[in-house]
Amino acid sequence: MDVKMNIGEALIDAVMGWAVVFLGIALLVLVVVLAGKLMSAKKPVPAVPAPASAPAPAAPQAQTPRAPGAAGELKLYDTPERDAAMVMAIVADELKIPINELRFISIREVRK
Amino acid sequence: MDILGTLKGLWMDSGFMGFFASGGWKSLIMIVVALVLLYLGIKKKFEPLLLVGIAFGTLLTNLPGAGLYHMAMWDAYVYECPYDAANEAILYDVEEERALTVEEYLARLPEDAQEPEIIEKLSFTDIAHIGGLLDILYIGVKAGIYPCLIFIGVGAMTDFGPLIANPKSFFLGAAAQFGVFFAFFGAVLLGFAGNQAAAIGIIGGADGPTAILTCMLLAPALLGPIAIAAYSYMALIPMIQPPIMRALTTKKERAVKMEQLREVSKTEKIVFPIVVAGFVILLLPSTAPLIGCLMFGNLLRETGVTERLSDVAQNALMNIVTLFLGISVGATTVAARFLTLNTLKIVLLGLIAFGFSTVGGLLVGKLMYKLSGGKINPLIGAAGVSAVPMAARVAQVEGQKANPSNFLLMHAMGPNVAGVIGSAIAAGFLIKVFG
Repeated sequence: MDVKMNIGEALIDAVMGWAVVFLGIALLVLVVVLAGKLMSAKKPVPAVPAPASAPAPAAPQAQTPRAPGAAGELKLYDTPERDAAMVMAIVADELKIPINELRFISIREVRK
Repeated sequence: MDILGTLKGLWMDSGFMGFFASGGWKSLIMIVVALVLLYLGIKKKFEPLLLVGIAFGTLLTNLPGAGLYHMAMWDAYVYECPYDAANEAILYDVEEERALTVEEYLARLPEDAQEPEIIEKLSFTDIAHIGGLLDILYIGVKAGIYPCLIFIGVGAMTDFGPLIANPKSFFLGAAAQFGVFFAFFGAVLLGFAGNQAAAIGIIGGADGPTAILTCMLLAPALLGPIAIAAYSYMALIPMIQPPIMRALTTKKERAVKMEQLREVSKTEKIVFPIVVAGFVILLLPSTAPLIGCLMFGNLLRETGVTERLSDVAQNALMNIVTLFLGISVGATTVAARFLTLNTLKIVLLGLIAFGFSTVGGLLVGKLMYKLSGGKINPLIGAAGVSAVPMAARVAQVEGQKANPSNFLLMHAMGPNVAGVIGSAIAAGFLIKVFG
């Protein structure tokens, strides 16, 4: 059944509708953030080794363990990541060597 | 044997004669409309998966004599009036706006009419018995099955990771529903009833299944034009949004590079659909069919133990339902119902809805840019209009034009999928108020 309405009612419904969407979304954000926090709180904290009683000799420089097959860190100078990815792909293609068998140390943009 | 008489009879019974009958020219216009839609779908690739189906449904339903879809029968079903299956007529007086009694109807029946076969109250079983192929397929739209099944597929194809990683994106999805309510208000100003205005406004949600479900529940007579407007404008997003984006943002704002999103754990992705479905449905129970199916599909994707079901939802189910949905929605574009001033108004309001949804998302995006000290690129607000992933791609393209090293796609996917949830909430509100 068609519901006839005047402009005032329509305006109120429109404002209220948008407000309801915002309110619903705001509450949803709250719930999602809370759920995320709850889950991260339940994650087991990695065990921290107890400090040694005597200062140990200087350990070799701590490094993040690399993923298997990683070819080390690539340094970019004035080069966007996308361009670097393209350069690496082109080099691998030109050399006919799979990209995972190449190691790139750094890429620098040369301006003329 | 009277060969001439037989040939004459064949000609008189053919659909071609329908074009010369009263109002037959309208069918011809609709056939041209169907051909234009087919051109747009096939040649211009405007949402081809749906538009080709809708266009072909339009073609079939407007071929005189084909009898694949019966508008009068569906009117009788909607208005719960008796229906004469033999003469394909609804027992309703349009001028007096009331149902006719069987006696009144029989008194008005022309002498050359067929022996009436009156059904007091149509059911889906009756429709399956007496309807055409498209009537039977249309039952899936009428019962609200197709949009929900499509939402299972959409859920199975959606990665909510960017949204979970940056929940602030939710607000952009809400902001981009501005066009829904703006167009709703505009529709009332143009003389539409509240329920019709609500069905028109939801075009601004840029979400086909949501628009179809809302329209089917609130104003089924407008389904054809609303579905065509919704899908056409979704295809036109790369043309509608960029000028608005450039008008409302500075180059400095568009060039903002956003920080990389945090990694989202598998557990978070599994819990998300359960929490969202539970919470949103409890908050607005009328969103249950859409949000329930969307989140069910997403859970299938994320559990990691239902790959087969997820695969079916994303591919086979989605394709079959899209096929049925397209052709049966197209079938509702019967000339007598479609070629009206209201269709032009709906097309105009649909454009306004899309435009203002983009404006809403961008303005809140700009606000977040200010509040975050310039860390949020306001362009991602425009992606809040849903239309996954087209709107996110447009944000990516515009961002990259301002700063070639800008990669906004993943950041824009957050508001983009939030827009799906936002438009479902907007639809739930409108269904609750006008349903």
